[in-house]
Amino acid sequence: MVNVTHSRRALGNTLEELGRPVLSFFEDLGGAFTLIGRVLRASPGLFRTIDLTVEQMFKIGVESLPLVVVTALFTGGVAAVQAAYQFQDYVPMRYLGTVIGKSVVIELAPVLTALVVGGRVGASIAAELGTMKVTEQIDALETLAIDPVRYLVLPRFVAACIMLPVITIFADILAIGGGWAVARGSLGVDTHTFTEGLRLFFYVRDIFSGLIKALFFGMIISTMGCYYGFQAEGGAEGVGRATTRAVVSSCLSILVLDYLLASVLFRLIWT
Amino acid sequence: MIEIKGIEKSFGDHQVLAGVDLTVGTGETMVILGRSGCGKSVLLKLVIGLLKPDSGQVLVGGEPVPYDRPGDLFRMRGKFGMLFQAAALFDSLTVGENVGLGLKENTSLNAGEISRRVKEKLLTVGLDGAEFLKPAELSGGMKKRVGLARALAMDPEYILYDEPTTGLDPVMGGVINELIRDLQHKFRATSIAVTHDIHSAFRIGDRIALLHEGRIVHVGTVAETKATRNPVVEEFIEGQSG
Ligand SMILES: Nc1ncnc2c1ncn2[C@@H]1O[C@H](COP(=O)(O)OP(=O)(O)O)[C@@H](O)[C@H]1O
Ligand SMILES: [Mg+2]
Repeated sequence: MVNVTHSRRALGNTLEELGRPVLSFFEDLGGAFTLIGRVLRASPGLFRTIDLTVEQMFKIGVESLPLVVVTALFTGGVAAVQAAYQFQDYVPMRYLGTVIGKSVVIELAPVLTALVVGGRVGASIAAELGTMKVTEQIDALETLAIDPVRYLVLPRFVAACIMLPVITIFADILAIGGGWAVARGSLGVDTHTFTEGLRLFFYVRDIFSGLIKALFFGMIISTMGCYYGFQAEGGAEGVGRATTRAVVSSCLSILVLDYLLASVLFRLIWT
Repeated sequence: MIEIKGIEKSFGDHQVLAGVDLTVGTGETMVILGRSGCGKSVLLKLVIGLLKPDSGQVLVGGEPVPYDRPGDLFRMRGKFGMLFQAAALFDSLTVGENVGLGLKENTSLNAGEISRRVKEKLLTVGLDGAEFLKPAELSGGMKKRVGLARALAMDPEYILYDEPTTGLDPVMGGVINELIRDLQHKFRATSIAVTHDIHSAFRIGDRIALLHEGRIVHVGTVAETKATRNPVVEEFIEGQSG
């Protein structure tokens, strides 16, 4: 008897412990959506915030570039090696370019770029705004009758929504280049065969899908960074916690949203 | 005039303010004394609408603070200047940009006019020529002075000071007290300063209030406060003058 109640209580506790992070994740998701709503309402103020937006675009580009170059080149290379391995002798090597091209533009470049940029840029947004929050700089903005959403969030949001697709195009090119280099250098596929493969079944909508994904990922990265930054409380430790949460949440949301967008784009729209 | 009427505020089940009533006359400087953690900063944030009271209201120039109407709230804040406890300077901006930000974002003044006003405000706080420094290059006292210049930039009718001398050495604290005293004589803004430093309170206040356990337990002029037999006030004064 005693044992049963005991284990039941233990089970209850376990459920509660599992439940709390899930609940707080949904709470945060709600908060993030609310923030997007406020950003959209503040958007008429964009023309007054153009210089800050350009500054953020530059910052996101510069912060991301080195990481994206390395990520994209190696992703393309790995895609080539793995595809060749799976082709074995059954699929002709002229399809190598096709497979690499499609998997890069639809999936690999947008998602890996977003994950890498989400880590780098999301963290730096959360840390910057979090520091501003705990040192009362956000309050100070409000007392100067400046809306922090317009002044801080809007430029980061717009910059990320523009720059993620731009960086993704860049990653598309580099990753395909990486695939080509490996195909030529170590798989014995010549340039002509590779580019013929790329052209085969080439659809503009594939590239377009990747860029739509990138736009949404930019939204997630900037919103999560700003949301958790604004939530920061209690000094340097709070800023650290906000930064970690921003990165974890945006990476998870990117993967989940990737699935949802793939379902919408390839099963509802492009069919 | 600022009228605080029956303000209550709790965080979770921790009640910080339990019915605060206080009236600050036009052109008057009211100092609110209280131990650290007693809710002084919370009270200032309620006055300027950074926090919303659970009950009660604040009237600024006879108008209730519009906590639920962001547009009106921003308009009201245009009449306020606030000095934060740790100055809260924007560390990505220069001193000059800090002081001029409110003007740049809220007025149609051109860059030349803004820079002229910024220079003038920096001169007022004794920091002329510091425009191009970054906040990280400033000492604590200089930061407070830049914070003051920023609070003054829009020529506010109302000024709120959160612990103007805390964290400064006694000499620099004295300098800031004199500066605030001068500004009050010059601009006659209706002001509330909160502090736990009685020397500063006696120096800058026209009247002094004591916030204790969520309520105002004493209000009086500096002379009245020094002479009062109110045990809480006496204890507070003795605790620091020894
Ligand atoms: N945003 C907040 N959330 C929860 N508690 C808060 C918040 N702001 C202040 N408090 C609590 O209110 C009390 C008063 O704080 P504060 O007004 O900062 O004190 P002080 O008189 O030193 O300025 C403290 O116990 C503090 O922990
Ligand atoms: Mg305080």
